[in-house]
Amino acid sequence: MKKAELMDFDKALELYEPVLGFEVHVELNTKTKMFCGCANEFGQGANTNTCPTCLGLPGGLPQVNRKAIESSIRLGLALGCDIAETSRFARKNYFYPDTAKNFQTSQYDEPIAFNGSLTIELESGRQVTVEIERAHMEDDAGKLTHKGGATGRIQGADYSLVDYNRGGVPLVEIVTQMIEGGEADSPEIGKTYVAAIREIVKALGVSNARMEEGNVRCDANVSLRPRGSNILGTRTETKNVNSLRSVERAVRYEIQRQAALLSAGGTITQETRHWHEDTGRTSAGRPKSDADDYRYFPEPDLVPVAPSREWVEELRATLPEPPAARRKRLQAAWGLANLEFQDVVNSDLLDAVEATVAAGATPQAARKWWTGEVARLANVAGVAADSLVRPHQLAALIELVEAGTLTDRLARQVLEGVIAGEGTPLEVVESRGLAVVSDDGPLIAAIDEALASQPDVLAKIRDGKVQAAGAVIGAVMKAMRGQADAARVRELVLERAGTAE
Amino acid sequence: MSGITAEQVAHLASLARIDLSPEEIASLTIDLGQIVESVKKVQEVATPDVPATSHPMPLTNVFRDDVVVPSLTVEQALSGAPDRDGDKFRVPPILEED
Repeated sequence: MKKAELMDFDKALELYEPVLGFEVHVELNTKTKMFCGCANEFGQGANTNTCPTCLGLPGGLPQVNRKAIESSIRLGLALGCDIAETSRFARKNYFYPDTAKNFQTSQYDEPIAFNGSLTIELESGRQVTVEIERAHMEDDAGKLTHKGGATGRIQGADYSLVDYNRGGVPLVEIVTQMIEGGEADSPEIGKTYVAAIREIVKALGVSNARMEEGNVRCDANVSLRPRGSNILGTRTETKNVNSLRSVERAVRYEIQRQAALLSAGGTITQETRHWHEDTGRTSAGRPKSDADDYRYFPEPDLVPVAPSREWVEELRATLPEPPAARRKRLQAAWGLANLEFQDVVNSDLLDAVEATVAAGATPQAARKWWTGEVARLANVAGVAADSLVRPHQLAALIELVEAGTLTDRLARQVLEGVIAGEGTPLEVVESRGLAVVSDDGPLIAAIDEALASQPDVLAKIRDGKVQAAGAVIGAVMKAMRGQADAARVRELVLERAGTAE
Repeated sequence: MSGITAEQVAHLASLARIDLSPEEIASLTIDLGQIVESVKKVQEVATPDVPATSHPMPLTNVFRDDVVVPSLTVEQALSGAPDRDGDKFRVPPILEED
C-alpha cells in the first residue's frame, strides 16, 4: 500500500473544518455476562467461560442480567441522558468468527438512554460540551488471534483462533452527536472526552475502566468540511483506538491524511480504518457497504426493558459526585498547584491521595509520597501504585516522618518493609531498628569525634564560616548510618564547635 | 405488484450467506412478494393508535440476578467445532493480504 501522505496540521485546518464523532464501548464489570450466567472474567484459560447461550448453540436462550441494566441506567444518568420508558434489544446480523451467534444482541430503535451531554475542559481552560446521542446496551464479541502470515495481523494470516470468554460480556456503547467547532483542539477533544468517560465509569464503579485491557474502547469518526461549505465531508471510522494518547494521535492523523487527499483532488472513501499503535497510522479496513446492512430486528427471545420511574430515581440517588466537580473540589481543598494536582490525576492516584488525607496525612505529603516513592516502586514492580500500599499505612508512615521519628531516607526503607509485608510502618521501624536517633548523647559523641578529627573545619566554624559545618554533619550522618535528623545534628555541631574548647 | 425484486432476494441471500440458484431466487421472489402483500393488509387495519408489537406476551423486565453459574467445560465447548487448536476454535482466514 502506498504510504499515506499527510498535510501539515495547521494548513489542513486553514482549508478544512474537522467534524468529529465518537463511539465509546464500555465493558461492564458485572460478575456474569449480559445474557447468561457465565463468569465475566479474563486471565482464565481460553473458552472456559462459555455456555450454549453465549456460544449461540441451538436451544440457548438469553436472560438479561439485572445488574447490567442497573449499571447501564446509572451510566446513562451520569451522562445526563433520559432513560427510556421502554427499551428493547435487537439483533444486529452479520457473519464474523468472533460472534458465534452470527448476530450481536444490541439495541437499535429503543436504546436504554438517550439525549445526554458531557462538558469537558481542555488544558487551555476551554470548555466543550459534547452532546450524547444515545447509550445502548449490547454484548461483546470473542477474541481473535491471527496465526501465520508475516505480521500476525489479520491480513494474510493463514488461519485465526477464537476464544469466546469475552463473547457475551455486557457493553454500553456511548454515541456522540457530531462535534463541530473543535478546530485545532479536535485531537485534544477526542482524548479529553474519552478520558472523561473513563473517569465517569470508574467513579460509578460500573467498569474496571482499564483501557489497556480493552475495558474502554474508542472508535473515532472524522470528516472534513471545506471552509465556506456547509456540506459534510465523507467520514471515516477509525476502530479500536485504545489509549488516550492514541485517540489524540488518530484524530490528528485522519485530519492530516484526509486534507492531503482532498486537496490533491481525491475523494474520501467511507470506510472503517484500523489504527496502528506502532507506526501512528491508520490503514483501510473494509469499505462501508453491504456488510453494514445489518437487518436489525427486535430480539424475539427477550421481552422489553421498561424501567419504572421509581427505579430510575433510586438509581439516580446512587450517583457519585461528578468526577470533574470532585477534582475541582479536591484541588481547592488540598491547595495543590495545578501541576502537582495534574500529576496526581494523571497517575490515577486521586482516590489514594484522598484516602491518605482522610487517614490524617497532609495533602502535600500524601501527594509527594504517592507520586514519588510509591509510584517509583510500583513502576519498578510493574504494578499499579495503589496496589502496593494501603492509604492508612502511608498516612502512618507520613506521620512518623512529621513527628521526626523518621527522615525521608529512613521512611523510604520503612516503606519497602511495609510493601514487603513486614507489618505496619511502626512495626517495621521497630523490627528493622530504623528510627532516628533522637537521644542527643550518641549524636554529641559522634560530633565531638568528627570535630576532633577535622581541626581545620573546627577552626573555620569558629571563624564564623558556618557552611564549613557541612563536612562535619556529613561525617556524623554517616557514622549514625543516616538514622539522625540532619537539622538537629547541625544545631549540635554549631553548639559543640562553640563550646568545645 | 409487491415491489420485491429478484435483485433484492439475491442481495438478502448473499447477506445471509445462502447460496440460491436462479430458479430458487425466482420462486422466492414470488413467495416473499406474497408475504409483503399480506403484511400490507394487516397495515391497513393497524391505525396509528395501535402500537407496534414485537412480542406477543405482555411481559417486561424479566431479569436474572448477577450470579455465576457453571459454564461448559472446554471440551464440551469445543466438541462441536469443525476445527480447533489447543483450547481455541480454529477458523479459516478472515481477510486476504492487503
